This record gives sequence, C-alpha cells and structure tokens, in this order.
Amino acid sequence: MNSSRMRGVLKLAAIAVFGFGLGGHASAESVLRVAMTAADIPDYTGAPDQGYEGYRFAGYTLYDALALWDLSSSDKAADIVPGLATSWEIDPQNNKRWIFNLRQGVTYHDGCPWNADSAIWNFKRVMDPTAPQFNARHVGQMGTYVVNIASVDKLDDYKIAINTKAPSSLFPYEMAMYYMISNCAVTAAGNDYNVYMKKPSGTGPYKFDSVVPHERLELVKNDKYWNPARIPKHDRLVLLPMPEASTRAAALLSGQVDFVEAPSPDTIPRLKDAGMQIITVPYPHNWDYMLRVDTPPFNDIRVRQAANYAMNRQDMVDMLQGVAVAADQTLIESQPWYGHPVKYEFDPDKAAALLKEANCSPCKIKVGISTSGSGQMQPLPMNELVKEQLEAVGFQVQLEPMDWNALIGVFLSGAGKSDFNAINFSMAPIDPVQGILKKWMTEYQPPACCNWGFYSNPKLDALGKQALGEFDPAKRNVLLTQMNEMAVADAAELYIVHDLNPRALSPKLSGFVQAQSWFQDLTPIVVAP
Amino acid sequence: MWLYALRRIILTIPILFGVTVICFALVQIAPGDPIQNLLSPTASQADAERLRAAYGLDKPLPVQYVIWLGKVLVGDMGMSIANNTPVTGEVLRAFTNTIVIAMIAVVIAFILSTIFGVAAAYRSGGLVDKAITAVAVFGISVPTFWLGVILVIIFAVNLSWLPATGMGAGGSKGFDYLSWSDFRFAVMPIIALALPPLGIMTRTTRSSLSEILNQDFVQTLRAKGLSEFEVMVHAVRNIMPAAVAMLGLQLGYLIGGSVLVETVFTWPGTGYLLNKAILTRDIPLLQGTILVLATAFVLINLVVDLAQSLIDPRIKRS
Repeated sequence: MNSSRMRGVLKLAAIAVFGFGLGGHASAESVLRVAMTAADIPDYTGAPDQGYEGYRFAGYTLYDALALWDLSSSDKAADIVPGLATSWEIDPQNNKRWIFNLRQGVTYHDGCPWNADSAIWNFKRVMDPTAPQFNARHVGQMGTYVVNIASVDKLDDYKIAINTKAPSSLFPYEMAMYYMISNCAVTAAGNDYNVYMKKPSGTGPYKFDSVVPHERLELVKNDKYWNPARIPKHDRLVLLPMPEASTRAAALLSGQVDFVEAPSPDTIPRLKDAGMQIITVPYPHNWDYMLRVDTPPFNDIRVRQAANYAMNRQDMVDMLQGVAVAADQTLIESQPWYGHPVKYEFDPDKAAALLKEANCSPCKIKVGISTSGSGQMQPLPMNELVKEQLEAVGFQVQLEPMDWNALIGVFLSGAGKSDFNAINFSMAPIDPVQGILKKWMTEYQPPACCNWGFYSNPKLDALGKQALGEFDPAKRNVLLTQMNEMAVADAAELYIVHDLNPRALSPKLSGFVQAQSWFQDLTPIVVAP
Repeated sequence: MWLYALRRIILTIPILFGVTVICFALVQIAPGDPIQNLLSPTASQADAERLRAAYGLDKPLPVQYVIWLGKVLVGDMGMSIANNTPVTGEVLRAFTNTIVIAMIAVVIAFILSTIFGVAAAYRSGGLVDKAITAVAVFGISVPTFWLGVILVIIFAVNLSWLPATGMGAGGSKGFDYLSWSDFRFAVMPIIALALPPLGIMTRTTRSSLSEILNQDFVQTLRAKGLSEFEVMVHAVRNIMPAAVAMLGLQLGYLIGGSVLVETVFTWPGTGYLLNKAILTRDIPLLQGTILVLATAFVLINLVVDLAQSLIDPRIKRS
C-alpha cells in the first residue's frame, strides 16, 4: 500500500473512530488567518510595538497616517503617497513650516470625524505631557517621529501647518509612521487607554472586532474605507502570534492558517511540495554588523575594509537556500539613493593584506549577537559563518550571544556603554531618514539616536544639512545618494546580506502583491472557499 | 492533622517570599529591561528614561520590590508592562489552562504507570518487563519539545487528525473540554506532557513493587493460599504512598515546567506566559506567575503529604 493510500485509510479510520471531519467549518464569511513571527499580539492602540511586524499587522490595518506607503508594486521600493492628507507642501515663505491638506469626508470607525482638530489632538497625545490624552507608551514608539516638530497650527478645518525646529525636507517620511487614532473614542474612554483598547478606532481598511490576549486579534473589513481600491477582499483578518518557525509551518500545512511570515529556509522545500506559494522579494532589511568606529580596531578604515573583503556573501546566500541576497551596502538597489558606491567583492588575499598593513594581527573583535529576534533571520548559524570567514583572513572573533531583549538594550544605549566592537543588529532602512541620516550623521550619535558606532564624517554631515534644507526631491536625492556612497566608501558597516522576506501562502489565496517594504497590504488578498 | 496543615501553610509564607526575592534579583542580574521592547529603534535615550520613569523603573531596586510586595499583600499583582493588562487576570487565566491539561496528563500517566509498573514487576526480567522498561526509559529520556514537534509532524501535518497549534479554533475564550472540537487541541500537549511522568512513575512503581514482592509477608500470603491477583492487590496497596507522593511531585513539575511544551503548541498556559515574561523582562508578570506557581507547588505537596497519611496509617503526623 503506497503512503498516500495509507494516509487516506488512516484518515477514514480517524473519522470513524472520533467522528470528526477534516474540513474547515462551513461559513459564508471569508477569513484570512495570518501566523505572525511576533511572540505576542502587538499593541493595537495606535503605537505598535514588536518592531515593524507590529506596524504591518496592528498598525496600517487599523490606522492611517497623514502619508501612507505605496505597497501596490513588487517592482520598486515602496515610497510614500497621500494618506489622511491629500497633499503637502513646504511654505514658500518659511522652510520650517509644512502645510498639510487633510482628506475630507473621512470618519474613524466609531463615526468620529477626521479633521484638523483631530489631527492636532493626535499630535498632543505624544507631544504634550499636560494633555489629558498624553500616552507615555505611545511616546516610546512614536516620539521619534515628532521630535522635530515645534508646533502644529490649525489653518482651517482641513488644513494644518506643522512647524519644524529645523528645515526638514524629509519630514513627510516621518508622518508616514505616525498613526491617527479616534479622539472621540479616547475621550469616551475617559482618556484611559486600557478602556480604549477594548474598542480601538482608527480610519484604516480594517476595523477591530475582538481580541483574545496573547492568542489572536480579529479584525473585520471596513467596507466604508475612504479608498475604495483598498477595501479588503476578504471579510475577516485573524492575526495569530506564532514565534516558533516550525509551529508556523505546521499550522500552514495542517490548514490552521493561510499566510505564514518568515518560514525557516529548511521548511521551504516541504512547503513547496505541499503546494504552498513561497513568495520572496528584496526589501530594505539589511542583516549586517554595526561597527564601533571610534575605538580600535575598527577606527582604522583598513580593518573595516578588510572585514568587508573577507565576506563570501554567496556562501551565506547558499546556506540560507536563497532567501537572502548579497549586500553591497545598507540600501537595496531599487532605492533611489543606492548610487554607485564602492563594492567589496570577496577577496580574502586583499583582506589579509589590509589587516597586515593596519598592523592588526590577530585582529581581535568582540561581537554582540542575539539568539533570535525580529528581523535577525537565523542569527546563530549565520554568525558562525561570518566568524569563520573573518577568521580565515586574520580576525579573531569572539561572538557573545544574548537574547533579543538584551541586544536591543546594547543597541539603544550606544556603543559607548559596552565593550563590543560590533553588533549584529538588523535594521530597516526604509527611508533616507532611517537609512542614511540617523545612521550616519554625527548629531544622531547616542544618546540622541541610532548612530550606534559613533560614525562621524564632517563632509557627510554637511551634505546631510544640505539635504534637509533641499525641498526639490530630485536635487535632494542627489545629495542623499552622495551621503550613502560616502558611508559605503568609509566601510561604515560590515555588509553581509539583505533578507528576501520569504512568506508562505496557502494555494487558496490569490491577489497578494508583496511590496518591497517592511509593510504589506493584505487588502487585495482573496480567500477561495 | 489540621494543626499540621495550618503549620505547613504558614511555613509557605517565607518560602514564597524567598522565591519572589530570588526571582526579582535574577531578572535584575540578566541584561535588558522591559522598556526596551516598548521603544522604537530610533527612539532617543530621553524617551527611554521618560518611559522608565512612567513605570517606576527608575526607582532603586529595593524600593521597586517593596512597592510590588505591598501591592501583592492587598491582592494586586500590578500591571503587565508588555501588555498593559492586570497581572492577576493574566496569570489566573493561564493557570487554569495549564492545570487542567497537567492534571489530565498526570492522571493518565498515573493509571498507565501503575498498570505498566505492576506488569513489569510481576514479569520481572521477562519480555514484558523489557518492553515496558524501554517505553519508560524513552519517556524519561526524550526531550518534550522534540516529542511535541514529532507529534505535530505525524498527527497534524501528515495525518491531519489533530490541530498543530493553539487552544480552540476561536482561541481559549469559551474553550470547552467536553467538546471534541475543542478538546482535540489539547490532545497532543497532554501526550507530550504525560510521557515523562509516565516513564518516571513506571520505573518507580516497578522497583517499589519488586521490592515488596520479595518481602516475607508476600510469601506468607501465598502460603495462606491467596490467588496471585489477591497477592498483587496487597502488594500494590503497599506502594501507594510512594506512588501518590510521586504523582504530586510530577503534577508540580508539570505546572511549572511545561514551558517548552506550551511554547511548541502555543498553548496559553503558565509556561507560555512565563516564557513571554522572561523574554520581554516583564517583571510584574514574571513575579506574578512565579508566585502563583510556587504557591501551587507548595500546596500540592501539602495535599500529597496529607493524602499519604490518610492512605498509610503508619505515617503519623503530630
């Protein structure tokens, strides 16, 4: 008896013995069930935690921002488009004043009108500690996007002016990350966000339906969404936290979920055999080493270059069974600021020579790595391979593993608070603010922000200031590209791979377009019965 | 006996105090803190400090502990930092989810181990004994998370008989243990939980019974002409105090030690909660869970001690 016949007999036996069917429950409602990699349900009150996965599933589903990401194409890196604002422009008389024209006729899910008053109320929720709606938790996630705002003025019911502390031509990117939540709902909850979270309300394409803490968040389609093209093509979206990759794969194979985030590379052949759709696309997710460049040995550019020349990136891609691509730099090729920077092709002889020239032999480095974590891919085997390749040219690498929470702490406190020469901390360079300015400009060194390794280049800083004051997008892109090329020429990081973000989808799903972004639009997905 | 029980209950207070102090200290020694999970990667340290202050984490450690303890004494275990929800509700809900499957697992293990242990002891050295010993050694040796994954591959992925993960098609809310459509979610976690105690208790039963069967009174019983069945009943009664003690101990281990099984099956019990609390350094949730688990462990041991003295009149308590 062949195995499939044997399986059929066993299934029949199971039905006979236990009296249960193997099909799903009959229902007219179409349900999309998603297994997230998150360990818990992300905060869904308008300031998602748990990294950009939180934004993906509990942010852009329920809420909108003044600008939104265009997630409709797989062919180009996602950029921003109008959202709750139909347009924006810099005040011709004042380069520190942005004018936003708000979308009219939009209401929150609870019927509350979206207008200038609601927008200003939303800014106060994070910016004004004396406001009744102030939320310290939201500051932790959203504070970074409004740090450059000096004040917000209402010009009329559907027009606001945002005054920035310094000229900031990239400010609209920050506004694509700042969600607007219903002021009426929070006020009705007595400004108590624990009450608000029982019935949260945004303007997004999905409405909150129910939550079982730690287990599932259920959203239903908002059939009155202001953008008819993005009204969900399924009735219900069920989001399930499943941090274990093997559990996610098993749940998909057994029909418990329809859409799985980040299946592990070794399960992909099995999923393909079972007829699942495996989707990959490049997106701005670099898996690299941040280097501490203000102390030896990485204060010497030759050592940084040697590390980059030591990387056989194709080996890493092969080990990951093709779910990553070699990284020449922080950004991906489809981003407008990629430019034509130096490429560090695998050249172990050159790497060894550079180390010798820098008189660093054996070149001892200590690297902080995590055992798992959001966006960290398969950190243990990947870091072992990096160690092996670095040691082949003369480095002596001490990997110090820790859990994800501890590594976040090492990153947030900056390189000066630990003795690591490098950390393996993947980032999301989705826009020039996060991918270039905050990464490389001196003013963003700790404790201000996220230039972890104290990189500093006065020429790059000058270009950054110029870019922030340049409101012509084409001219600004030229400046940003120069900055990016400069950082790569300085070998400011150890570039390794970009994640391709594999997802596995049940064959009954259609219509999904995987954008080159951390965020994804689930609304076009059709769930066949 | 009531006096003894009261004394034991009073003695749990310093135990629980010690457990919470050690747990609190261990979390502080470990790198990382709960605030980091609430911050954007591009957040400034000023934002981090503001949030830390909002949760009282800027206060000295002894002050933080005393504040927590003061609240616990009036029945408030505080709020989870990660979820912003009351810890008491979270822990009790998780505890209910764990205790039910742990009890089912341990009862199944107890019944089967008694049968297997008796059979192995009766056929000591024979094929049955060897086969049962093999099963028992497998149960003791096999890592439960590995067993969990194997069960999922066989019964969920290949055969599609049982669901791979979760607690009920709609989540644990309204989960009905008496309904097969819900209960089937619990089957694999129960099997994974039951196997190690099954192995341990089978070995214990077998060795205790073998020892009893070699005692003089068994020979006397046989000499009096009792059937082998009646002899075994007498012998089994003699191993019951030890078996019950083992049952209680295993139940305690399952309640606190089911982290891996619950994580593999995404079963929302105390093990799953504990894992989350550790990974996010959610100190109030961690402390609350540990406190409830420690209390349960101590009380289970007390009940076992009392049950032993009821079963075996030779065990006298002052």
